[in-house]
Amino acid sequence: MDEGLRSELSKQGIFTTSIEDLYNWGRKNSVWPLQFGLACCAIEMIATSMARYDLARFGAEVFRPSPRQADLMIVAGTVTKKMAPQVVRLYNQMPEPKYVIAMGACAISGGPFKQGYNVLKGIDRYIPVDVHIPGCPPRPEALLHAFMTLQEKIGKQSLTNQDRPRHLDPAAASEFPVPHFGEHDLEPSSNPDLWRPPSLVRAD
Amino acid sequence: METLEQIKVRTEAAIAGALLEIIPNDSPSGQRSLLVDPAHAAAVAAFFRDDPQLRLDYASNVTGVDWLDTVLKEKVKVKKLIEGVEKEVEEVVERKRAGYLEAVYHLYSMELKHGPVILRMRTANRSDNVRLPSLTPVWRGCEFQEREIFDLYGIIFDGHPDLRRILMWDGFLDHPMRKDYVEPDDYEYEPTPHDEVLEKMKEHYGQKAGQ
Repeated sequence: MDEGLRSELSKQGIFTTSIEDLYNWGRKNSVWPLQFGLACCAIEMIATSMARYDLARFGAEVFRPSPRQADLMIVAGTVTKKMAPQVVRLYNQMPEPKYVIAMGACAISGGPFKQGYNVLKGIDRYIPVDVHIPGCPPRPEALLHAFMTLQEKIGKQSLTNQDRPRHLDPAAASEFPVPHFGEHDLEPSSNPDLWRPPSLVRAD
Repeated sequence: METLEQIKVRTEAAIAGALLEIIPNDSPSGQRSLLVDPAHAAAVAAFFRDDPQLRLDYASNVTGVDWLDTVLKEKVKVKKLIEGVEKEVEEVVERKRAGYLEAVYHLYSMELKHGPVILRMRTANRSDNVRLPSLTPVWRGCEFQEREIFDLYGIIFDGHPDLRRILMWDGFLDHPMRKDYVEPDDYEYEPTPHDEVLEKMKEHYGQKAGQ
């Protein structure tokens, strides 16, 4: 619809919208996060949900204790290799549409533990991440910013195009393989459909 | 509190066949410890706990140490004939020492408010004979810490009530705190690798990229 016409109509007291806008407006303002934390980032996440930062302003104050009722997974903290299968399993148990915020240095890359043997080098190896927040830990403002970024992303999702949300695309994968505990490492050590190791290209 | 020498004498008198050795410590702390033979360790531990003068009723910390096979260099004074004259000369003697694993217990007394007394046990080697008696029946609080040592160093504690891995998963085969542990090669790009990380990077990309 033409913006000028829409603006003219609203001056006359006629409000117009599209199904897409209405649908996404509803979706993006009631994103319920899954209530779980893995390390110190969870403390900042809790602070964000409390009165001072007040995540309720964005319609996301209802932290759900069950993945079946949640729309958003905030991976707040270090994901150890022992914990990774459980995190992926929780993600698989969430219904579509679902989103992931990887919060903090550990969740996005392994952080200070990156070169260790026991910490996953970023949760994006196993599940698709929508917003990454750096920081150790990120301040509540950073989480709010990530949240607003996610809302923007949801608001822009078209309902029919190629980038439509996964629940409207029957071919899109909703569950991702859960890694197994191997004898020396997780098997597989990453999901190649989602993530590939960065390659080093040199000029010579 | 008594000195370690007094404790050693009294313990050896109280428990037939027990052999304690005082391990010196050259570091600034100078904190010496008692090495006990595994066969009598449980009896010695119970004696430490129940003896009215010691009453070491609290094991504050249990940890493991991995000692690799090493060559120790010792200076020995030897008498030698040099140009017909007998002189005392210092010589460096190399002595091979087989590796072993060690469990270290830091003991305090809550009742008498003294400590720590440090108790050590050593396994016979690092590969096939890595058994030690568990001291969990004596100090209940050792349970999780002995499990951690079992997990990370691979010492098997006989008599432990629930010896399972505690940090790594059950199917994991390695013992990550051993000095010869080889990590899975999952190095990932880092902008400023240094020290061990630089070594890992060279290994991962091959020598060419490390130049």
